Amino acid sequence: MLKRLSLIAAVASMFAVAACGSSSTESGLTVFAAASLTETFTELGKRFEAAHPGTKVTFNFGSSSTLAQQIVQGAPAGVFAAASPATMKTVADAGLAGTPTVFVQNKLEIAVPPDNPAEVENLKDLTDPRVKVALCAEQVPCGAAAAKALGAAGLTVTPVTLEQDVKATLTKVELGEVDAALVYKTDVIASGGKVTGIPFPEADQAVNDYPIATLKDAPDLARRFVELVLSQQGRDVLTKAGFEAP
Amino acid sequence: MPWLLVVPAVLGMAFLVLPLAGLLVRAPWSTLPWRLSEPQVLEALRLSLVTASMATAVCLVLGVPLAWLLARTDFPGRRLLRALVTVPLVLPPVVGGVALLLVLGRRGLIGQWLESAFGFSLPFTTAGVVVAEAFVAMPFLVIAVEGALRAADVRYEEAAATLGASRFTVFRRVTLPLVAPGVLAGAVLCWARALGEFGATITFAGNFPGRTQTMPLAVYLALETEPEAAIVLSLVLLAVSVVILVALRDRWVGAAA
Repeated sequence: MLKRLSLIAAVASMFAVAACGSSSTESGLTVFAAASLTETFTELGKRFEAAHPGTKVTFNFGSSSTLAQQIVQGAPAGVFAAASPATMKTVADAGLAGTPTVFVQNKLEIAVPPDNPAEVENLKDLTDPRVKVALCAEQVPCGAAAAKALGAAGLTVTPVTLEQDVKATLTKVELGEVDAALVYKTDVIASGGKVTGIPFPEADQAVNDYPIATLKDAPDLARRFVELVLSQQGRDVLTKAGFEAP
Repeated sequence: MPWLLVVPAVLGMAFLVLPLAGLLVRAPWSTLPWRLSEPQVLEALRLSLVTASMATAVCLVLGVPLAWLLARTDFPGRRLLRALVTVPLVLPPVVGGVALLLVLGRRGLIGQWLESAFGFSLPFTTAGVVVAEAFVAMPFLVIAVEGALRAADVRYEEAAATLGASRFTVFRRVTLPLVAPGVLAGAVLCWARALGEFGATITFAGNFPGRTQTMPLAVYLALETEPEAAIVLSLVLLAVSVVILVALRDRWVGAAA
């Protein structure tokens, strides 16, 4: 008897594990958004919940390309806000996204530690071999933008590391492991003074568009969340964080 | 048949093997030879093998004596030390990487001294990769060797000591040969863990092709844009590690066990 019970328990636990994967989110909304939108979208999510009592907005922040892969593999999301048109295209090509709208743009800045040990003043200073530079890997949007800006300036920088996302790049500056990095202006602002941002003119050549779209079979809440992001209220929150209107 | 054992065993096996089968099924076999010949792939593979082997060497040199200390001596705080040694096992590797930066980084407790005295800093170097891998992998070796030491019969050591051998001679001539299978098993585990290391490596040593970009890092970045390339890279890593582990098992570990 005891043996049989433990076997039943073992099988039941297998099913319990299997069932964990498919939680229902019908009364709520799941938003997949680029890591650089963490602060602003969390804020907008709170406002959305206040305006629609009883709803619950859940966020999945991460690298846009990872999020796009997750959506294509069937992750249950209502809205996708990406840090690059290319990652949005991955989802659209799979027939999973509505028409995307570019809602903000983000520009690169040179981030240096507050004491700026290598005395970096402009983009050209990053080509000095004595300056330790961190860039994002070209596979992720901030790295693609950095390559574009450097290309536009006709400069070749040999970084010490190609980081997997913009927050990791920023961390290397915050800890003082590198003398400079190319990150988004919004990340410099979000760091709250732990790094100093230096704008540079070539950044205009590598502006990053952020598209947002509702996803296939999304609840009506998804459309209304996108409306909030595109509204004046949404724009105010985003521009305060350093994003620019498209 | 003891079904109560066989059924969960088969389920457990399926659980471990199915994801690997998934990789094999989804692998882009037609482009495989072309992708394998890419210099970046070979470079990452070479770096992975070299750093994992060096990390294992570091772990052997430091970890075996540490295991001996934990198993054969008694001093206040030994139990606490034993618990601390296993911390890297439960610590998320990324956190381990940050911790290493705070100690060995350019502005870290020891790192700033290294930088000012020798003009040398570990992050973003191949040596940094070895340090990150050794940090994460060493507990595997220490636990395996400590277990072997505790299981070994101390009477042989005592006999050697009564015959006038010094403690180090006893360790070298009696203890070590006695626990050699345990040391090898631990070294293999340690090497495998180092080979697959991702979080601590990318956090502490960064990612630069040829210098710090090991296979797991290459896989992660390939996944961002080219999932197919990521599958190929994973297969390569898998194939190489399985071949090496099976070869080692047959030669040493299996023979002794």
